[in-house]
Amino acid sequence: MSQTLTRKKKLKVESDSGWGYAFIAVALIAFALFTAYPVINAFIISLQDYRPLGSTFVGLENFKESFTDGLFWKALKNTGVYTLLTVPFNIFLSFLVAILILPFKKKTQTVFKAIYYLPAVASGVALAVVWLWIFDPLKSGIANQIVMFFGLENQNWLGSSATAMFSLVLMSWLSSHGTAIIIYLAALLGIDNSYYEAAEIDGASFLQKLWFIVIPFLKPTTLFLLVTGIIGSFQVFQNAYLMTGGGPDHATTMVGLLIFNNAFTYFEFGEAAAQSLMLAAVIGIVSFIQFKFLGKDIEY
Amino acid sequence: MALFNNNFRSGWALFFRNGLIITFLGLFALATIFPIYFMIISSFGDPVEAGAMSYSIFPSKISFESYKFFFNFNQYTYNWLLNSLIVAGCITVSNVLFATLAGYAFAKMNFKGKNVLFAILLGSMMIPGQVTQVPLYILMVNIFELKNTYEALIMPSIVTVYNIFLVKQFMSSIPKEIIEAAKIEGCSQPKIFYYIILPLSKTVMAVLAILTFMAAWNDFFWPFLVTQTMDMQTIQVGLKNFRFANTTYFAPMMAGATISAVPMFILFFSLQKYFLEGVTVGAVKG
Repeated sequence: MSQTLTRKKKLKVESDSGWGYAFIAVALIAFALFTAYPVINAFIISLQDYRPLGSTFVGLENFKESFTDGLFWKALKNTGVYTLLTVPFNIFLSFLVAILILPFKKKTQTVFKAIYYLPAVASGVALAVVWLWIFDPLKSGIANQIVMFFGLENQNWLGSSATAMFSLVLMSWLSSHGTAIIIYLAALLGIDNSYYEAAEIDGASFLQKLWFIVIPFLKPTTLFLLVTGIIGSFQVFQNAYLMTGGGPDHATTMVGLLIFNNAFTYFEFGEAAAQSLMLAAVIGIVSFIQFKFLGKDIEY
Repeated sequence: MALFNNNFRSGWALFFRNGLIITFLGLFALATIFPIYFMIISSFGDPVEAGAMSYSIFPSKISFESYKFFFNFNQYTYNWLLNSLIVAGCITVSNVLFATLAGYAFAKMNFKGKNVLFAILLGSMMIPGQVTQVPLYILMVNIFELKNTYEALIMPSIVTVYNIFLVKQFMSSIPKEIIEAAKIEGCSQPKIFYYIILPLSKTVMAVLAILTFMAAWNDFFWPFLVTQTMDMQTIQVGLKNFRFANTTYFAPMMAGATISAVPMFILFFSLQKYFLEGVTVGAVKG
């Protein structure tokens, strides 16, 4: 009996397999061609002085060059500063807003969710163009009108190395929290009411409920947002590219931008590939540390 | 009973608390949409040089001169929009088709190497885009010699791992008894897929289509890299070039930005449910 069952099962497995491969064929070919092959090639190119006609093998020269290049370290530092200033604050802000939306009716919640998500729908280029004008260094610029209203001097927002990075950070604070708010709110709505009821019977205050129920429950969500936020932030450079070009004096040159410039401005493909692999390594290490220290109870 | 205590002794206290919260949320909402509001309002101004004008937060008049200016900038402005539509449309259709097929296969079919292959796909999502950027560019431009073609714009995004993952997550919740019952009746896999799985997967396909279309429409760097002539550029690349050609014309630039963003706003407000649903897929358990 059991033998026939296993044979039947085997038959079924075999009957699936032909179609199984057919169903994933296009996906696999696309993956092999546009992801796997480029990744392998990135390693090869990183060891070369790449020229379209005849590259020469240079060993680890590209890596060494980046390590001794002050600009690479500065870009890494800028990326770290940007990440530290944006990711934790954006997560905190999203958490706060999601909590505050919670007591309202579903309709009100949806309206707020839609508003906060709107910048994520707009194209990055359009937003960059608008923010460029908001940061207009003239007195008539919107950002300057606001700071002058509070009695401060008008600033050369993107043009001075003292404020350029902060300007990009400010833009991130005000335009990249929509996704996190929605994710937090969905997680908040998933907490069963019985927990709050039990806490109330014990006389728990709002803050106690927040601390002992909500925060532990949302830990996986927070970790997810933190890891994806940091991975994303380490790669950010579109705004820097479009708004400051990495300047002034490389104050906003991120690693992503440095790689892009090395590749497509100076056509140093080898060095760009080496730096992209180092960036991948940094991201991998940072993500690993977060998983290690912040918990393993998260599923993707 | 919930996180918030709504049993105040007086109605006024509740009213006061909610008023405070709404004020905070409202101010933050204002700060969030201000750039978009500013963009749309300013696009209705006259196309005069920025030095000669002052920014106003409230529109003094509504004119479409700046839109005309943007479209008359060169003969390719309509091409940009059309190219964006073609590229984003093709990418969306191919992703819906191939990601649904692959997602179903990974979720519900049995074949050798399935788990290993899926693990490799998942692992590849951790690799930053910068790593593949240069080799991909070399592949498309130097090896396939496809620079400045629709193929170069579309092919690398023909089906993304993220979308396969999204579909697989969704399909895992379809009970396998349905599929087994169909098999016993002698239904082949393509028939099961077409007659049973597809009708059950409309939501995930809609979510996937919308998110893919939006990402493709808003994509800037890849089209920027692989297009050479103005007639092949997408609206995002065109807008960037317009900006550098006319750094002083404020209102037309806002008109261009509005044109590049408004199709997505319309899509968002008409299909909001799917957008907001799509954000949480893969992030929240259950």
